[in-house]
Amino acid sequence: MSLPDKTTTIEAAVARIPDGATIMVGGFGVPGTPFTLIRELVRQGQKDLTLIKNDANETGMGIDLLIANGQVKTLISTHIGLNANAISALNSGRIRVEFCAQGILAERIRAGGAGLSAIVTDIGLGTELAEGKQVVEMHGKRLLVESALRADVALIHADCADPFGNLTYAATARNFNPLMAMAAPMVIAEVETLGPLGSLSPEAVETPGAFVDHVAELSELSEDYGIVRR
Amino acid sequence: MSDANPLDARARMIARAAREITAGMVVNLGIGLPTKVINHLPANLPVCLHTENGMTGIGATLPYERADRNLIDAGGAYVSPIPGSAYFDSAVSFALVRSGRLDLTMLGAFEVAQNGDLANWKIPGKFSPGAGGAIELAQKARRVVVMTTHTDRHGNPKLLQQCTLPLTAQRRVARIFTDLAVIDVTAHGFELCELATGVTVQEVTEATGAPLIVPDTDIPTF
Repeated sequence: MSLPDKTTTIEAAVARIPDGATIMVGGFGVPGTPFTLIRELVRQGQKDLTLIKNDANETGMGIDLLIANGQVKTLISTHIGLNANAISALNSGRIRVEFCAQGILAERIRAGGAGLSAIVTDIGLGTELAEGKQVVEMHGKRLLVESALRADVALIHADCADPFGNLTYAATARNFNPLMAMAAPMVIAEVETLGPLGSLSPEAVETPGAFVDHVAELSELSEDYGIVRR
Repeated sequence: MSDANPLDARARMIARAAREITAGMVVNLGIGLPTKVINHLPANLPVCLHTENGMTGIGATLPYERADRNLIDAGGAYVSPIPGSAYFDSAVSFALVRSGRLDLTMLGAFEVAQNGDLANWKIPGKFSPGAGGAIELAQKARRVVVMTTHTDRHGNPKLLQQCTLPLTAQRRVARIFTDLAVIDVTAHGFELCELATGVTVQEVTEATGAPLIVPDTDIPTF
């Protein structure tokens, strides 16, 4: 028996994304951001996208290119403070931003990936983020219901992979990637190193390939992935 | 205000805040000013620094030439591992925060109220960076302290009777380190604990937008 081969090209994988898609994008700052998949999405020009990403990258990088290109309708995020363009797009109404507490965004995605409908939490009570959310009483306390999040597509950046889509991540490039890799029916992983089946120790695999649909090896790492000298 | 050099005042504030971190703690330093305290921690202090993007055991900040492109803190600074460091995803990172494993978090602030309310994520219509991990840090760390300039760039007080901006968390701030003073949030409001070198009680009182309790005893300086 052998495991299926899911390798493809960046272009072919991104071509499967339709206009109007909701897309989870891994990364926290530069580490773990799938810059090559994002640049291909800019080139292909899919419109009216809803993005779910921890942050808005920085001006001229990552999903800022999608925002600047007018492809983004809504951004669900935790912090956009390092991207002045994103803040001005928000202030002028060019994009809608739904803010979420960072760990709650992670748990909403994990819940979506785990087939659950919602999580219940006291995080955000007494703040603006609680407005409009369902409140339940449990354990004698008022708690917020936070809906689980799923997307149409998840774009993942991984360090190593095999053709089946088993993935490992480098250092702080994990962040939202292993969670998002469970939370969409179409998971596309760009990977720095693709080895044959068996090249990854089963004990080292962080995202099991059964969650992953398409694996595209990066032929080179563009400057996007490098050190940012601020 | 005082004749002290503002750069010295900032450095003294950071050095003083660093002394809040003691042996054995698990600590999260907010992005901006708080992360600067790393450079003031004694090299042999046994302490575990946590960062939201998925690491415990943060070592020295690295110059660009020696940086690892995959290793940053939540503010984007290039950091290094130390023996015993661990990496994990964002769900694990905040499980650690929400389950009460953080002994201390040190956060920045737009405003702090005399009851310990904190506002640090949104100035409506102007600057809405988002709260990042601050809501969970402020709500769940066992002790929450703030480091901030005493007044904003226009000279308006940031320590107030009530916050005017959207809140990050209610009644959680225990202590505030500023360029002028160390101030505790007590059941009776702000209480002056320490003065920066060269700063008078009157200067602190005038720069604070709420009543300030001043103890009768000698007030230490930093």
